[in-house]
Amino acid sequence: MSARTRELFALIPVALLVTAGFTEVFLVGSDEIGDLSLIYGGYFLAVCVAAHIFLRIALPHADPYLFPLCALLAAVGLVVLYRIDETLAVEQATVFLIGLGAFAATIVFLRDYEVLQRYRYLIAIGSLALLLAPRLPVIGSQVNGAYLAVDLGPLSFQPAELAKIGIVVFLASYLNEKRELFSVAARRFLGLTIPPVKHFGPLLIVWGAAMVLLVFIRDLGSSLMFFGAFLALIYVATNRFSYVLAGLLLFAGGAWFFANTVGHVQDRIDIWLDPFAPNAPEGAGQITAALFTQAEGGLFGQGLGQSLLRLPGPFFPESCTQGFPYCGSILPEPHTDAIYAVIVAELGLFGACGLIACYALIGARGFKTAVMAPDGFSKLLAAGLTSVFCLQVFVIIGGIVKLIPLTGVTLPFISYGGSSIVANMILLALLMLVSERARRPPARYEEGAGP
Amino acid sequence: MNKPIFRLYAFVLLLFAGLVAFTSRWSVLEADELRQHSQNSRPLIEEQQIARGSITSSDGVLIAESVGRGRGPNRVFVRRYPQGALFGNPVGYSYADVDRVGIEQSLNDLLTGEENEFATLIDQILNRTRAGADVTLTLDANAQRVAMDALQRAIASTPGATGGGSVVAIEPDTGAVRVMASVPSFDPNGLQDEAVFQELSEQGTSSPLFNRPTQATYEPGSTMKVVTAVAAIDSGEFDTDTVLNADSPKEISGAPLANSGDRSFGDIDMETALTFSVNTYWAQVGEALGAETYIEYMKRFGFYRDPPLDFPDNQMAPSGIYSEGKLIDDPGVIDIGRVAIGQERLLATPLQMAQVAAAVANDGRLMEPTFLQEARDPDGRVIEELDPDEQAEVMSEETAEAVTQMMEKVANEGTASLLSTSAGQLAGKTGTAEIDVAQRINRPWFIGFAPADDPQIAVAAMLERCTGCSGGQVAGPIATAVMDALAGG
Repeated sequence: MSARTRELFALIPVALLVTAGFTEVFLVGSDEIGDLSLIYGGYFLAVCVAAHIFLRIALPHADPYLFPLCALLAAVGLVVLYRIDETLAVEQATVFLIGLGAFAATIVFLRDYEVLQRYRYLIAIGSLALLLAPRLPVIGSQVNGAYLAVDLGPLSFQPAELAKIGIVVFLASYLNEKRELFSVAARRFLGLTIPPVKHFGPLLIVWGAAMVLLVFIRDLGSSLMFFGAFLALIYVATNRFSYVLAGLLLFAGGAWFFANTVGHVQDRIDIWLDPFAPNAPEGAGQITAALFTQAEGGLFGQGLGQSLLRLPGPFFPESCTQGFPYCGSILPEPHTDAIYAVIVAELGLFGACGLIACYALIGARGFKTAVMAPDGFSKLLAAGLTSVFCLQVFVIIGGIVKLIPLTGVTLPFISYGGSSIVANMILLALLMLVSERARRPPARYEEGAGP
Repeated sequence: MNKPIFRLYAFVLLLFAGLVAFTSRWSVLEADELRQHSQNSRPLIEEQQIARGSITSSDGVLIAESVGRGRGPNRVFVRRYPQGALFGNPVGYSYADVDRVGIEQSLNDLLTGEENEFATLIDQILNRTRAGADVTLTLDANAQRVAMDALQRAIASTPGATGGGSVVAIEPDTGAVRVMASVPSFDPNGLQDEAVFQELSEQGTSSPLFNRPTQATYEPGSTMKVVTAVAAIDSGEFDTDTVLNADSPKEISGAPLANSGDRSFGDIDMETALTFSVNTYWAQVGEALGAETYIEYMKRFGFYRDPPLDFPDNQMAPSGIYSEGKLIDDPGVIDIGRVAIGQERLLATPLQMAQVAAAVANDGRLMEPTFLQEARDPDGRVIEELDPDEQAEVMSEETAEAVTQMMEKVANEGTASLLSTSAGQLAGKTGTAEIDVAQRINRPWFIGFAPADDPQIAVAAMLERCTGCSGGQVAGPIATAVMDALAGG
C-alpha cells in the first residue's frame, strides 16, 4: 500500500470522529439529532480529501501519518470549540481553510526548501523583528502583562507563532554549517567536553535573545520554547551534552535573575508554587479554575458539553459585555490557554492521554523524518521543528496541569486562534517537505535528478 | 546525528509522561480534594442546576418543590415550600448559598438523583440527564397540622408555658413516622435570606431551627416507668401481681424518695403502681433489677445511640444517662432506682419515648423509624419504597401484652383517666418531670397508643415547661388529638 493510500485510510476514522463529536455536542444542546452534525462531518472529510489529493500529487512519498494525526487534532479542536461556542468553531473552520492555503503554498513554493539556507540571516532578523513587534507603539498590545499580539485594525496576530519557525530555520542552517567548529578543537575538563571559548559566541547571542524576549515581551513560554529548541538543535548538531548543560545553566540563571526583578515573571512563579494561597497574586484564579475543571473529569470525563463552563443565570456577571467565552465562564480562557482543562473535564483522563499520545505520535513521525533525512540541514530542520512543536505542547499543558508556571502559548491545532493554526500548518508543510525528500525511492530520485 | 535525535525523543516522551502524571493527579487522584476545596464554586452552581424532586406528604399535600428560573443553560432551580412553617421541621430546607438540613439533607441523594459512578456512566452512555426523584413521606399533613395547632394552643393556654414542645407519632408495625411536630417552628421560605438564617442560628437550642423531637433531650419523668415495667416483667424478676410496700418516703440509694403528694399506698401490686404512677414502687423495682439489667433494656429500646432514622446525624441526639454532656452506662455510678422513675441524669428525646410506646404496641418488636414512604424517578417508576425493618426485639409478646393491659388501666382509671380517643381504647402513661420544685415548674409528658387491641398509632407528646401542670392534663390531650386525626373513626 502506498504512503498516500495509507494516509487516505487514516483520514476516515478522523472524519467519523469529527462527525460523532459534533453529533454529541449537538445532542446535548438540543435533544434531537439534526443533519447539521453530518454536514459538518462531511465538510471536514471533503476538506481532508481535497488536501489529500493535493498531497498525492505534490508529495507522493511523504510521511503518511503526519497529516491524518494533525487532522485528528484539528477535529478534536473544532469539536471542543463547537462545544464552547458555535461561532468560535465556525471561525476556526475558516481559519483552517486559510491554514490549508498556507500549507499548500509552502509546499508549492518551498519545494526546494534548501533555498531557505541562502536567506537565513534575513529570516533571523525578520523573526526577531516579528518577536519585538508587539512592543511597538500603536500596533502592539498587552494581554495579561505580556506583549504577545500585534493589532492591525481588524486583524490581530501573535507573531511569536511565525517567528518560532523562522528561528528554527535559521538555527538549523547556521548550526549545520558551523557544526564542525563546535565539534572539533574541544578540550576535556573534569570529564566534560569544553568547546573553545570563541564558539560560545552564538550560544550567548541566542541566550541573550531569549532573555530579551523574557524582559521585553514578558513571554516566559515563548522564551522557554525558543531556547529549548535551540538547545535541542545544538545537541543534535554536536552530540555534546556539555553545550546543553551550559545552556541550561545560563537560562536558569537568567530566569532566576528576572524572576526576582521582573514583577510579571515573579507573580507567575508565586502562583505556580501555591495558587490556593489567600494572598496569591492576581491571575491565580486562572490556574485554580483550571485545576477545579480537571477535577470534574475523572477517568472517563463528563462527556462533551456536559461539564459546567458558562456561568448560569444569576451567576453570570452583568458586566460581561464581550460575551461568553471571553467572560462569564467559570474557567477563564476556555478556548485558548485552558482548552486542555475543558478536554480533561469532558473526555476524562483517558481522553487527555489519547490527546497527549497523539502529540507524541506526531513527535515520533517528526523525529523519524529527521533520522531518515539525507543531509544535515534537513535533519536539523526536521528535528528543530518537531522539538519546537513538542515543547509548545509541553509548555501549555504543563502550565495548565501546574507542572511548570502557566504561560500563554496555544495548544497546537486545538486552541482557538488564527496565527497558531496558520503557523503550525506551515510547520507541518515543512516537515512533510523534508519527509518527501527523505522517503523518495533512490531510483526515482536519481531518475529525476539525472542528466 | 541520529543518536542524539533518539535521545531527544526519549526526553520529549519523558516530558509528556510528566503531563500524563499531573493530569492523573488532578483528574483522578486528588479530584475529591479539589471538588471539596473551599475555593471551588462548581458544586454550589451545579447543585442549583439540578431540578430536585418534589416532597409530598402521605396524604398528598405538596411540601416542597423546585421552581425553575431562566431558560436553557441559564436555568437554575430554587426551592419553594408551600406549607410554610407546618413542615419547617423536620423537612428542613435546601438553599445552595445557605445550608441544607432535615429531610432535604438526609434524602438529598434521592432528591437530586445522585447515583454511584457506574450508574452515572450508564446514564452518560444513554444520554439521560440527571433529575431528582419525587419523594412521598410517611408524614401526614392533616395530623401534622392537628399536632402543631394542639401544641401551640397548649402553650398559649397553659400558665408558665414559655418554652416549646414536641409531638411524634409512629405507626407501630412499620416504623413510619406520621407526625413530627416541633414548636416553635419556622417558615423555610424565609431562610433564602442569609440574615434571617444568621439570626435564627444564633439562638442555639432555643431556636426554631432546632428540631426538638430528635435533637432535644429532656427528663422523661414517669413515662420511663413503661421501660421499667417492661424490664421487670420481661426479665422474669417480676410479674404484674408482685406486691411491694409503697409507703412514702422510701430510702432509695441512701436518700429518701417521695411519692407524688407524699402519698403512702401501703402494699400494692404492679398494676396499681403504674395506674397511679407510684414512685416508691418503681424505684424499688429498679434497684431490684440492678443497673446492668436496666441499661440492657434501655439499649434494646434504642437508648444510647442515634435512632436509625433517615435524618441527618447532626440533627439527632441519643437518649440515655448523661454526665457532663457525655453518655454514661457504668452501673457503679448510677442511682438506678431514680432512673427507673425517669429522674437522675436520664435524658430522652421525644422520638425515643414515642419508640418506647411503639415497641410495646407492636408486640414487643421495635421497628426502625422512617420518613420515606416512596420515591419515584422522573418517569414515574417507583425506585424506593417503605420496607419495614425491625430495629430490635425488645420484649416477649407476653410482656408486651401485660404492659399494654396496665397502660389501658392508666387510661381508664389512673393518671390519664380524663383522656380518650376516637381511635379506640387508649393505652398510655403520663409523665410530669419536676424541673424546679420550688417554683413548681414541670415538664409534662404523655406516651401511648391506640386502639389497645390492634394499635394503629403510637404517640409521644410533651411541653418543655409549664407551672403547676401535669402530663395527663397538658400533654395527654395533644397526643389524643393526634390519635383522633390519624386513626380516629
